[in-house]
Amino acid sequence: MADPKAEPLLAISGLSVTFRIQTGTVEAVRGIDLDVRPGETLAIVGESGSGKSQTMMAAMGLLASNGSATGSIRYRGQELIGASPTTLNGIRGSRITMIFQEPMTSLDPLVRVGDQIALPLVHHGGLSKAAARAKAVDLLKLVRIPDPERRVTSFPHEMSGGQRQRVMIAMALAMKPDLLIADEPTTALDVTIQAEILALMADLKRELGMGLVFITHDLGLVRRIADRVAVMKNGEIVEVGDVAEVFARPEAEYTRMLLGAEPRGVKEPLADDAPVLLEAKDVTVDFALPAPFLRRRPIFTAVDRVSLTLRRGETIGVVGESGSGKSTLGRALLKLLPASGLVRFEDRALMPLTRDEMRPLRSSMQLVFQDPFGSLSPKLTVGEIVTEGLLVHRPDLSRADRDRAAAEALAEVELDPVSRNRYPHEFSGGQRQRIAIARAMILSPKLVVLDEPTSALDRSVQKAIVDLLRRMQAAKSLSYLFISHDLAVVRAMADKVIVMKDGRVVESGPRDAVFAAPTQDYTRRLLSAACLD
Amino acid sequence: MAEVKGRSLFDDAVARLLSNRAAVASMIFLAVMTAVCFIGPSFTGHPFDKVYPDYVKVGPSFEARPGLGEVEEAAGRIARRFRAKVEHFEMKAGEVEVALSSTQTIDPRIADYFNRADGFQNFRIAPSESAPKALKLVGEVKRLHFWFGTDGNGRDLLTRVLIGGRISILIGILATGVALLIGVSWGATAGFLGGRVDMVMMRIVDILYALPFIFFVILLVVFFGRNFVLMFVAVGAIEWLDMARIVRGQTLVIKQQEFVQAAEALGVGTAALIRRHIVPNTLGPVVVYVTLLVPKVILLESFLSFLGLGVQEPMTSWGVLISEGANNNRDLAYLLIFPALFLTSTLFALNFLGDGLRDALDPKDR
Amino acid sequence: MISFTLRRLLSALPTIFIVVTVSFFLIRLAPGGPFDGESHIDPRILVNLKRIYQLDQPLWMQYWLFLKNLAHGDMGPSFFFKDFTVAQLFAVSLPVSMQNGAAALALALVCGISLGTVAALRQNHGIDHAVMGVATAGVTIPNFVVGPLLTLIFALGLSWLPAGGWNNGALPNRILPVITLALPQMAVIARLTRASLIEALRANHIRTLRALGLPGRTVTLHALRGALLPVVSYLGPAAANLMTGSVVVERIFGIPGVGRYFVEGALSRDYTLVMGTVILISVFVIFFNLIVDIVYSLLDPRVRME
Repeated sequence: MADPKAEPLLAISGLSVTFRIQTGTVEAVRGIDLDVRPGETLAIVGESGSGKSQTMMAAMGLLASNGSATGSIRYRGQELIGASPTTLNGIRGSRITMIFQEPMTSLDPLVRVGDQIALPLVHHGGLSKAAARAKAVDLLKLVRIPDPERRVTSFPHEMSGGQRQRVMIAMALAMKPDLLIADEPTTALDVTIQAEILALMADLKRELGMGLVFITHDLGLVRRIADRVAVMKNGEIVEVGDVAEVFARPEAEYTRMLLGAEPRGVKEPLADDAPVLLEAKDVTVDFALPAPFLRRRPIFTAVDRVSLTLRRGETIGVVGESGSGKSTLGRALLKLLPASGLVRFEDRALMPLTRDEMRPLRSSMQLVFQDPFGSLSPKLTVGEIVTEGLLVHRPDLSRADRDRAAAEALAEVELDPVSRNRYPHEFSGGQRQRIAIARAMILSPKLVVLDEPTSALDRSVQKAIVDLLRRMQAAKSLSYLFISHDLAVVRAMADKVIVMKDGRVVESGPRDAVFAAPTQDYTRRLLSAACLD
Repeated sequence: MAEVKGRSLFDDAVARLLSNRAAVASMIFLAVMTAVCFIGPSFTGHPFDKVYPDYVKVGPSFEARPGLGEVEEAAGRIARRFRAKVEHFEMKAGEVEVALSSTQTIDPRIADYFNRADGFQNFRIAPSESAPKALKLVGEVKRLHFWFGTDGNGRDLLTRVLIGGRISILIGILATGVALLIGVSWGATAGFLGGRVDMVMMRIVDILYALPFIFFVILLVVFFGRNFVLMFVAVGAIEWLDMARIVRGQTLVIKQQEFVQAAEALGVGTAALIRRHIVPNTLGPVVVYVTLLVPKVILLESFLSFLGLGVQEPMTSWGVLISEGANNNRDLAYLLIFPALFLTSTLFALNFLGDGLRDALDPKDR
Repeated sequence: MISFTLRRLLSALPTIFIVVTVSFFLIRLAPGGPFDGESHIDPRILVNLKRIYQLDQPLWMQYWLFLKNLAHGDMGPSFFFKDFTVAQLFAVSLPVSMQNGAAALALALVCGISLGTVAALRQNHGIDHAVMGVATAGVTIPNFVVGPLLTLIFALGLSWLPAGGWNNGALPNRILPVITLALPQMAVIARLTRASLIEALRANHIRTLRALGLPGRTVTLHALRGALLPVVSYLGPAAANLMTGSVVVERIFGIPGVGRYFVEGALSRDYTLVMGTVILISVFVIFFNLIVDIVYSLLDPRVRME
């Protein structure tokens, strides 16, 4: 535990960060004060737009060209804001280092991994290239990359996301810094890999005795790894304190709201006589990959003989990591992809249907996507987007009727009906997701496939969407196929759970059974990595 | 319920474009240039193919021709024929007043001789006191302005430059239109249908691309002669290849976007998908490419004309004029400079406009 | 690497073949023949000429003979330049075009990349605008304007350089043509380098290098390495174009290169010459694209994976 009376490693005082944009200026950080003590883990928590990343970018002098910082950030008394490039370069990379969120693009694709790790060793440590490369092998061992002698000559694209993040950590720790700043380092990684990386960071921090600033939006992580936490909202620090204190007795309204935004509750159980809506047996989806010259095209099986039964009013949660095939499954069930196997919707076999035969059925089975930014056509108004389905399925409606329907649909998802004349880019992520839900619901479907509907949203917004979905399900007796990697949300929404890995169903069963007493090892690993309370 | 008008991405783009001063200046310039080239020739006072044998290879000048000195000299020559002398000569705005004196009677037919001379007209004997040994003649001189001078055949260069502009701009727009039509249909179809159709269609594009284009155009000229219509078909037929590639690329990207998949999930048919979702979203890059294509096409036409494969005499285009100017480099620099100036300034404006459009439709600061 | 090269060559051959075939039939289908321009030839001599040049055979037979000769590297005699075979004509003129092309390419690369880099590093400052202005001019002003303009200024006006002619490749005679050839390519390369470097400097992996406290110059060099990839891609067609001689530049400066044969050959229906030039260009394009692909794969390890 860090000594609160020792001189702070990093002393931030009156820091403000502004960005010049075409229409004026944006204040990302508004006059904050914060200390980082030697050897402690400080978590900075906030939702998107809170300014948590920009605070640390300012410390490292990495602000974009249209950004400027005022105030003071001192590292052991040395002022960082406005420091000369030479001074700054002497500190960053060797005394204070930073790792970022996107491991897939943070390494130079043209340079071998070993040579990249060698860079700080050569420039800061003054080692020769050969000595640096040898040390790189040691560093790879330190971050627990298997077979480090071979890996040292690999290129980044030959490594997975998790491995690349480990390489980033190796580069950051090469000069044994006093302080490591980690900006959402595990957000882009699968849950099980996340757990490994976090464990690695905790161990290294202990070994090297360094301070760690951990920027995240995930309160679960904060609880697990941090000593102190600073909560940010709209560029200001709302609350600061020891983690245990803040979590048990939050003072600020916002902190309370954040803590309360964890998905709560469970779904009401179904009536026993609920009829079967969707039946799937041995559904398989194969993709033919581009073939190397003169050889037969390899087949990639994205979904491998998956079966499930969905009843009216029921929610099946499909969980798995990226590449598990869960999204592909959702689309295959809606016949949006070519697939083999048996799919019956309300006792009608779907596979043999032609496109025209399938069309009228589509109003009963809809899909909500993950990306609220990409799933709405940018050139159409919200009204046009929401009522496009009506053009297909209710051609009898007049324009005025459609307009009324659009207004009603938007009101149902708690958006102001006047927004139907606006364009998607004028809305926030959460609002766009509501629009996408309105688009699906306006056709009065019986089945809605939700493909990671809340994953791209802030926690507080997620809660609102989850509540909305629950309400609509109860009111209309909807059946949901809820696809997500977020176990907390699935637990709050689902009756049954299916766990997928590499296209196959690893485990399935009623919610309580799977969460409380998983039978498979993989499920257990997923659950423990999700740090559910 | 209050009516709220949304601000579409198009409105945003227009606003961005209008705040780009270079682009706005270019648009105004192009509008002016087009107007001048299409309306101008009626006002220069010369038909573009009229030959003035007296004014071959005459330099540009603000002053009208013939100059004061020349007229006076001409008057003097005629006077001497009639054994008279020019006492007083005055020329004002095309009106000439000549006072002649002689030791003998001056034949009044001198007025006719004046009228027969090139450029003189309406000469008559004015009443004067000291007749018949001193006559006063008044008449008109047809004075011509050759602002840009004349070419090797004695044709007014200004008019020819403007007419040439008509041809070049017309070809630019028409050929680009052809390329647009063929390219967009070809590319969108290939991109949307995908699979084997796509492969075949793009292979054809690749092979056509591999043909050395000079050879191809020459062949067209050889087959069809130097026909103006075919000139722009030829140019358009070469340029559609790039357009098809771009549109296909864009279509492929858009096809993958989730909003297209969402529309498919709604049951929207193929035609409506292409019309409502794909085409409006390809327009951005297409518009930008079109504004960069027009100068390329004009350049291409000029290039062909320069080689002697373009528009036929007496019709002209900027390329033909530049070719003539380049050949007469030694003594008559203005023959090269004027058409070159017009061509390059138009091309510049088009390029700036294209850059401005690209920035407006795809801003990097987002 | 070998299999990569072989694969590329194999996929290029069908294209060359089709191009050659299409060209062959197109030129022969055009109205007019190679001897039409001559002043009256005795009809008997005409018959003999046709027999010698195999023009009296059916078209598909001519095609077959053409292919056979081509396999031996014989492109046939020129109809127009009667005392020479096509191969001889090329042997004399191709080196001239290639020398000029190579010089122009080198000039364009060196100047273009330097200017583009400077513009990118000082983005939106005065020097950036200046460089981009010049680059726009280079792209916009056609070479048949630039050539005469340069001649006007440097040869006729200042008398520093000769106004034209080849003079057997004397250095002063090379300067203006090479510059005229290089300018448009220089402009494109400058613009490409600038845009690409600006993009690269914003990349995440460059941010990583900055976060590691590496000096500015090192960071820039790393960014430049990635930024040059699109330039390398562009070089393929550009090199092929430059090396096969520019019709315009050679005409303006009176250079005995290969470029003029394109136009003259087609216009005078010199079948063999035209076919020769078509084959020449196709081969050059394929060759340079191949070189570019190889260089690219050496620079970018992700591409080697194929």
